[in-house]
Amino acid sequence: MTDAALADELPFPPRADYLRAGSTLLSWLATTDHKRIAILYALTITVFFFMGGAAITAVRVELFVPNGWFLSSDTYNRLFSFHGIIMVWFFLVPSIPNTFGNFLLPLMIGAPDVAFPRLNLFSWYLTLVGGIFAVYTLVAGGVDTGWTFYTPFSTMFSNTHVLTAAAAVFVVGFASIATGVNFIATTHMLRAPGMTWFRLPMFVWSIYATSIVMVLATPVLAISLMLVIAERWLGLPIFDPARGGDPILFQHLFWFYSHPAVYIMVLPAMGVVSEIIPCFARRRLFGYDFMVYAIVAIAGIGFFVWGHHMFVSGQSPYASLIFSFLSFVIAVPSAIKVFNWTASLYRGQISFNSPMLYALGFVGLFTTGGLSGLFLASIPIDVHVTDTYFVVAHFHYIMVGGSVSAFFGALHFWWPKITGKMYPESWAQFAAITMYFGFNMTFLPQFVAGYLGMPRRYHTYPAEFQVYNVMSSAGAAVLAAAYLLPLMYLTWSLFHGLRASGNPWGATGLEWTTTSPPPPHNFDIQPLVDRPPYQYHAEGQSAGTDSPEVQNARSLR
Amino acid sequence: MNAIFTLPEASTQAVRVDGILAVLVIVSALTLALVFGLIVTFAIRYRRGSDAKRGPLPEIVNREFEVGWTAATFFLFAFLFWWAASADVGALTAPARALEVHVLAKQWMWKTQHANGAREIDELHVPIGRPVRLVMTSQDVIHSFFVPAFRIKQDVVPGRNTETWFQATKLGVFPLFCAEYCGTNHSAMRGRITVMREDEYARWLSAQPEGDDLAHVGAKLFVSEGCSGCHAASSGVHAPKLEGLYGRTVQLSDGRQVRADDAYIRDSMLQPKRDIVAGFEPIMPSFAGLLDDGEIQSLTAYIRSLGQEQGHD
Repeated sequence: MTDAALADELPFPPRADYLRAGSTLLSWLATTDHKRIAILYALTITVFFFMGGAAITAVRVELFVPNGWFLSSDTYNRLFSFHGIIMVWFFLVPSIPNTFGNFLLPLMIGAPDVAFPRLNLFSWYLTLVGGIFAVYTLVAGGVDTGWTFYTPFSTMFSNTHVLTAAAAVFVVGFASIATGVNFIATTHMLRAPGMTWFRLPMFVWSIYATSIVMVLATPVLAISLMLVIAERWLGLPIFDPARGGDPILFQHLFWFYSHPAVYIMVLPAMGVVSEIIPCFARRRLFGYDFMVYAIVAIAGIGFFVWGHHMFVSGQSPYASLIFSFLSFVIAVPSAIKVFNWTASLYRGQISFNSPMLYALGFVGLFTTGGLSGLFLASIPIDVHVTDTYFVVAHFHYIMVGGSVSAFFGALHFWWPKITGKMYPESWAQFAAITMYFGFNMTFLPQFVAGYLGMPRRYHTYPAEFQVYNVMSSAGAAVLAAAYLLPLMYLTWSLFHGLRASGNPWGATGLEWTTTSPPPPHNFDIQPLVDRPPYQYHAEGQSAGTDSPEVQNARSLR
Repeated sequence: MNAIFTLPEASTQAVRVDGILAVLVIVSALTLALVFGLIVTFAIRYRRGSDAKRGPLPEIVNREFEVGWTAATFFLFAFLFWWAASADVGALTAPARALEVHVLAKQWMWKTQHANGAREIDELHVPIGRPVRLVMTSQDVIHSFFVPAFRIKQDVVPGRNTETWFQATKLGVFPLFCAEYCGTNHSAMRGRITVMREDEYARWLSAQPEGDDLAHVGAKLFVSEGCSGCHAASSGVHAPKLEGLYGRTVQLSDGRQVRADDAYIRDSMLQPKRDIVAGFEPIMPSFAGLLDDGEIQSLTAYIRSLGQEQGHD
């Protein structure tokens, strides 16, 4: 018997959940409820996701033929730059942390809200301001530097709107920092009684580690962009070699942020998958403590591998050797996580609801992307394939195959909790499978094209690469359709979906002990915690054949 | 020249890179087979409601198991690192006696110049079987010299020289790409490398329009730009002599020692106040903005030729 059902049977009228606690526009725009802010973020990044997607759709259509057929080179360059800037800073970085992190972190640790609710709202407004700069950049004519803003091209040679684009990223970076500070404070200060560090769900650990990376790395991004603005706008000699500057300095600064940023994008995804797999396998997460150490190790070592983006830049070959070694080292904790997720399936009671399909898809695609990372960590191979489509395929496997899959997994897993409605399962399974195959059709050929030497950011290309580009573009069409499906059936479910119970998946975790959707302050009674997470069965046993009610009785109180 | 599904192995480095690639592909394929195999097996065998055995976990699934595969993964990766790194270290420096070619990149073309002064645009002719050392700089933004068939790539950076080298092992024409995004026509910044037999190369080179070699151009610049006013042996100004300078270790006034290589000579022309040679006054003006990259390459070649003559004496 769930809480939601209980509430319905009680003699007094049901109290309003967070969605119905206020219905004016102001009650949303001035809210300090972490759950409502999560919804604001979700709407914002959905808009950006489809904007970035539209840009790359035009690029993929253009690449059907070797010499282009409807875009100029300048337009092409602006489109892929816009795609990169939007997808990295306005979708991937805020995606899981700012929507699901915001929504779930307080719920998972048994808190009524985040530590600084107004700062939380402020960070959404910062994202909005950054977004306005980004959209202005697009409307005014775009920027053609790529998302990497490499100097001296960005500071002295590009004739496009570099300043507003840099301002957009600069501002949205502070949204990241504010969110990171908030989540760190929340995790430290607001855990429910009994919620010790090693009883935290993996999702909380991943958000915590991500927040630390955000707070430490993002200021360096701000510095790099500030220097670009200073040289381009004020003419200060910083990267211009003719005046004693060093263009490579920018790359060091930029990658010192942007490599850890990869972990900002993928650690939360790992957290999501670590929640979903145990639930649908009805198993304890295999090696919980190792999973925690792995996340902390990835977040830490992630700060010391930035130079592997610069093996051909002219940096010292000895520095390259060290960066190469550390890049291999950081692959170890990632591999451990893959093994542990796989081992969590062993002797489970596995069901294949759409969140599980996304999670298993994540493991497969992340493994493929991670293994291709070994190629890039090997200097002689990297020299050949860096700046080719091999790299494009590699990071899309991690960020799209990995993070976006996990994002959709999280969206389906927590959709009942967030909206109080169930989505149509068959449609969701169909979309998950389509997305998996569409993704592989798009990006698998790019590994080959890259190894054969097709450089990235090429508007026109030699005819021998056409077959791979046609495959990619065809796959992209499938992928685009798969991304549009959830938009439709999830929206449908808001109005016509079945009402969700408090814990439709029979999952452990405090967020499932409250109603769906939760009340404004999350819990009617202060939760107490007296056990580690993922108690789907007794210690040393394997998946229970218990009914969900029995399991719930064990995992909830 | 490329076929659709294969890339020619046209240099000594290409063979090395493809060897490492093959091993990584095998390791990855085995790992993927293991992970996908386990996921699919578990997914089928332990699907909800199947009658596969559950119950207590076997003894083997414990902490030591976890430590074991962590260590195994680490050692595998450490081995891969060592192997790939040693191939890299082996290819770091060009063999002595390598043919030297100067490359100047600009939006959006490649200019190459052979040691005898012959110039090409978006083309480079090289002999088979001889190491070729490329000394490269850019006139504007960062470009990257990428020859897939040779498996070489090196960013070409404004304000400094970068180097790479190759030894071609196959005759033919191979594409050259710019691999670092450099603006509007980045994708049109392509060229061709033609690998010829040694005798054909010699014939081709001698058939090129007469151009002074770099050192001769440099010697003229040395006078016309006024360098000789101070640095010539006959000058009355107290300035460092350049004969035999190239490759030597120079004692600086602040106690540091530097090797007089291309980068040092370049810096000394553009930022003469940075490294003052011990015993001299910082009186040299900067030539930044007065010399373009091609002229700096020529002057450097001239100074190097002074050193070589000294060596022969």
